[in-house]
Amino acid sequence: MFPFLLKSWPWYVTGPLVGLVAIGLLVVGNKPFGISANLRHMCAASFPGRVAFFQYDWRRAGLWNLVFIAGVVAGGFVGGVLLRSPDPVAITPQALAALGIRDFSGLVPRELFNWRALLSVRGVVMMAGGGFLVGFGTSWAGGCTSGHGISGLADLQPASLIAVISFFAAGAAASFFLLPLLVPR
Amino acid sequence: MSAPPAAAPVTAPQRERLLGAYCCIGILFGVVLTKGELASWFRIQEALRFKGPYLYEVFASALVVAAPGFALLKRRRARSLAGEPIAIAPKVLGSGIRYVLGSLSFGLGWGLIGVCPGPLFALLGAGVSVMAVVCVAALAGTWVYGWLRPSLPH
Repeated sequence: MFPFLLKSWPWYVTGPLVGLVAIGLLVVGNKPFGISANLRHMCAASFPGRVAFFQYDWRRAGLWNLVFIAGVVAGGFVGGVLLRSPDPVAITPQALAALGIRDFSGLVPRELFNWRALLSVRGVVMMAGGGFLVGFGTSWAGGCTSGHGISGLADLQPASLIAVISFFAAGAAASFFLLPLLVPR
Repeated sequence: MSAPPAAAPVTAPQRERLLGAYCCIGILFGVVLTKGELASWFRIQEALRFKGPYLYEVFASALVVAAPGFALLKRRRARSLAGEPIAIAPKVLGSGIRYVLGSLSFGLGWGLIGVCPGPLFALLGAGVSVMAVVCVAALAGTWVYGWLRPSLPH
């Protein structure tokens, strides 16, 4: 019906909207844009144990953010299912040739992200290991690509610049040296 | 000039209205992550392998909007719609070691799965059901960090 709605957006639409999301949260309720804090709130809400890090009033500190992240899940459904792009991602296939990816449709390669992959050691290391490190590292660093990469850098915070350089360096290293060992051939 | 009046306490209906606003901004962000391909494993790996400028262009243009916006809100001493003065808490730098080691750990995981926390939740909504496993693993990582926190350098 409206084919233009299904097209992927160019960077000059996507980037400024990300900036506006961060500004919007400040303007509405003086809330700092950051996703990874939700992982802490979820732990505090469901299984805090006797860990001091999770002993706080998560409703007061984080209910707004949990509601925000529920919106992100819903928005993912809108953008990834209802408005799913029919075209494969517009990168040159050679860019990822070293990873043996042939199917460029959808948001993630179906060769890697499926439940059967969890039956292999490679799949478990990639998804469970990768996920564990994302949770562990963002909590240690007190922020992720949104909290440090957008909010912190936009506020010219030196801590966030250190964080961004570090996670890009480690991300590149993992993609170049570890990921090729984990993709099926 | 007298000092601005103290922020009135946020009433319950007002708080519910604000939660609706956070949800709407979240929906917008979820659509931006998926339609803007920030939740695309291909785009993340393309950027981490320095094969294309897309992610860097998105970051740069996001900061071109957000940085002057933040500066203006601070300089004007603006108040939020809820009535509080807008204040962006500075991140305590300290030795900086937590930002280096924490972000190196995060980056390793980011490179392995090609997904950071925002896209993780957007992909759950987009129907990539196996992301539930990544999500549980991320919660486990967060919990273990909380448990080890007293013995980790900060």
